[in-house]
Amino acid sequence: MYLELKNINKSFAGFKAARDVSLGVEKGSLTALLGPSGSGKTTVLRIIAGLEAPDSGEIILDGRSVNELPGSQRGIGFVFQNYALFRYMTVYDNIAFGLQVQKKNKKEIKERVVELMELTGLAGLEKRYPNQLSGGQRQRVAFARALAPNPQLLLLDEPFAAIDAKVRGELRLWLKNMIHRLGVTSIFVTHDQSEAVEVADQIVIMNEGQIEQSGTPLQIYKRPRTPFVAQFVGDSSVIEGYERFAGFQRVPGADKAVLRPEFVECFRPDNKKLAAAMGAMERGTIQEIVFKGHCMELTLSVQGAGLRAQRSLERRPVQLGDEMMVLIYRMYVFDGENARLLENQELLKIPPDQVPAAQM
Amino acid sequence: MKKTQTKRFPLPVILAIFFAACFLVLPLIFVIVQALSQGIGAYLANITEEYTQKAMLLTLKTTVVVVLVNTVFGLFAAWTVTKYSFPGRKALTTLIDLPLSVSPVISGLAFLLVFGRTSPLYGLLEGIGLKVVYAVPGIVLATLFVTFPYISREMIPVLSAQGRDEEEAAALMGAGWFTIFWRVTFPHIKWSLLYGVVLCTARAMGEFGAVSILSGHLRGKTNTLPLHIEILYNEFRYSEAFAVSSILVILALLVLVLRSLIEHRGRKGEA
Repeated sequence: MYLELKNINKSFAGFKAARDVSLGVEKGSLTALLGPSGSGKTTVLRIIAGLEAPDSGEIILDGRSVNELPGSQRGIGFVFQNYALFRYMTVYDNIAFGLQVQKKNKKEIKERVVELMELTGLAGLEKRYPNQLSGGQRQRVAFARALAPNPQLLLLDEPFAAIDAKVRGELRLWLKNMIHRLGVTSIFVTHDQSEAVEVADQIVIMNEGQIEQSGTPLQIYKRPRTPFVAQFVGDSSVIEGYERFAGFQRVPGADKAVLRPEFVECFRPDNKKLAAAMGAMERGTIQEIVFKGHCMELTLSVQGAGLRAQRSLERRPVQLGDEMMVLIYRMYVFDGENARLLENQELLKIPPDQVPAAQM
Repeated sequence: MKKTQTKRFPLPVILAIFFAACFLVLPLIFVIVQALSQGIGAYLANITEEYTQKAMLLTLKTTVVVVLVNTVFGLFAAWTVTKYSFPGRKALTTLIDLPLSVSPVISGLAFLLVFGRTSPLYGLLEGIGLKVVYAVPGIVLATLFVTFPYISREMIPVLSAQGRDEEEAAALMGAGWFTIFWRVTFPHIKWSLLYGVVLCTARAMGEFGAVSILSGHLRGKTNTLPLHIEILYNEFRYSEAFAVSSILVILALLVLVLRSLIEHRGRKGEA
């Protein structure tokens, strides 16, 4: 582990911003600290950077405790949420600042700044001031500025929050590629799960100052361990009385379940290929159709519950009030503390090649 | 459509202009006219008179010292209350404004009690040969106190609006406090600082109440321009009094011009 936090606690005037936070980050990896606002993710990032001191716990960087080391000596690059560019300095001076402070010689500084400006696609903008740049360019300057002194660890606080939606997608991939190319260990804070999933190698989900779960994006998606994660990740909705649906039996202690649209599929009743799976399906009627661009999102009324499912535009068109066969593949059920995956039991009984899928 | 048309001089504008003319411009014109009433030769003689010259010199000296000291301390005060959190920060912010809410005469009296003959400090200072009351140090102290808030008040809003991010970024890159101040904070506040300095200068030159108590009115020694004007006036030497007043008026107008230049430049710098 390159960075390790051990049992970090931090309160601000009675508000517990971090409770017993422990996490590890591998060298060269890109980690997302994901959580709703007020979940303590920025506090954890600032503690790693040395901008806040933890009330208790240990920060271990590259094998040694850095609790007593000021942030400036931890070998960290920090990208602030609104970039905090020096607004009275040119782009060049912004990027050069960290090296100038270290009293590097002029030639060395110039080489490094030029190199970084090429790398980040800012060449030609060296004389501009931050207020003469677009949001995406500012982010690149902030990134280049943080990288200039060759940090071992790069920390980014909501790096995409200040950028409009269209450019954001591009920048995410750019940043991901750049970080992997440079091999610098990085941690970024975000409240946007799609951002975390798309960019990160490892996701750490935080809620109310605690870590709920950490793992790869796929693990977090497929195996949410806590009710919070099951509900926070994906396009989730909570239903009660899940045992009324075919193929699902009540799990003792667990009264609620989380469903995502991708767990539900619906078919026209005249579909010939459904025969084997009839016992795993329910009847439902279409209550609502929302056009999402790449697909339709249907809300189906099944046994009094509203279930959402997506339907490809390539499939046969449907209308409001149509009766459909609804198949629930799986769901997450949870009690007070734990979430677990529940597969449709009826579906497990039929041969895999007979399980109905969206192509049918 | 007539109703939506804006008249060039609606009633409030006329009232404001009338008020400004009566209470601000007219008295100034009268001062100048009175000063020059016996001809330009007499005017020049009046303002080059020995005691007037000495009073002018003392006022300028006091102003320079006061502005320098207050610039340094005003900066520190504003920096401290906006960039650090510590217990008593709010109280300190309020305390900075104290001289604005206390009558200058009262602050003069307070200094008299602190440094005067009845105070234990008096003997102590006497021992090292420093005379505060009825001497130049007293005048400087009184003026310092009265003009203290002008610089920090101008800077506190600017500094707190700026936030701490840029400073934190600089500190994380290993910059020391002086580098941070000089390269990150100062460019941001320089126009408001200059503006504060100009206001402080204007106020320091004109201070009467507190200085009047501590000065002792020794002609040629502890008389500042405003005190000198009062003495002349009390001796019924009106044309001299007005001539000396015109110096202060001219200085005030200069300050006003500087002020609007700075405001203009500062706004351009922001854009």
